[in-house]
Amino acid sequence: MTHFLAVVLFALFASVVFGITQRETPRRMIRFGIYCFVLFVASAIVLSWLMFFIAR
Amino acid sequence: MATEENKNGTAEAGSHATSQQGFVYLPLIAGWLVPGAGHFLLRKWGRGALLSASILGMFVMGLAMQGKLYANAHDILDILGLAGDLGNGLLYIVSRVLGLGAEQVQVTTADYGTRFIVVAGLLNVIAAVDAHNLRTGRKS
Repeated sequence: MTHFLAVVLFALFASVVFGITQRETPRRMIRFGIYCFVLFVASAIVLSWLMFFIAR
Repeated sequence: MATEENKNGTAEAGSHATSQQGFVYLPLIAGWLVPGAGHFLLRKWGRGALLSASILGMFVMGLAMQGKLYANAHDILDILGLAGDLGNGLLYIVSRVLGLGAEQVQVTTADYGTRFIVVAGLLNVIAAVDAHNLRTGRKS
């Protein structure tokens, strides 16, 4: 398993739970779940590049 | 004269009174012990299945990555990790009894696995509280 796959799976599982528990209607659950997923993955990518440049 | 609004209000009050009957904390406790069980008790089959699959998936992946199950609390980080692990309810207890999980973190993925297990426990607590809110009517 690659590190990126671990990030994606973590984001997927956490986003499903966040979506279901933090919103009331199915439509808003799906939208919030997708929003969380994108934020998780995007922030991981941005922070990874940041750490890459800091380490150089 | 009973208007439509009054009828709806009476119906809502009746359903609210019905939802308050029985042991209110049952979905909370069941949801903590078994991921998704709180929602299943409330007949929220789809939500329960998704929550169950997500939390179980995260926990199993954590174990598969040779993640560590916190067993004692020597320092503050261990206490926090143990608290997170305990959120998994029966999954944690059964895994401890079966001797699953690594004793020590030796590879990078095992560190990730340890976090997966802790976060699965925290997500399970969130799901159990959500079931409790549904039960009490705080969440529609």
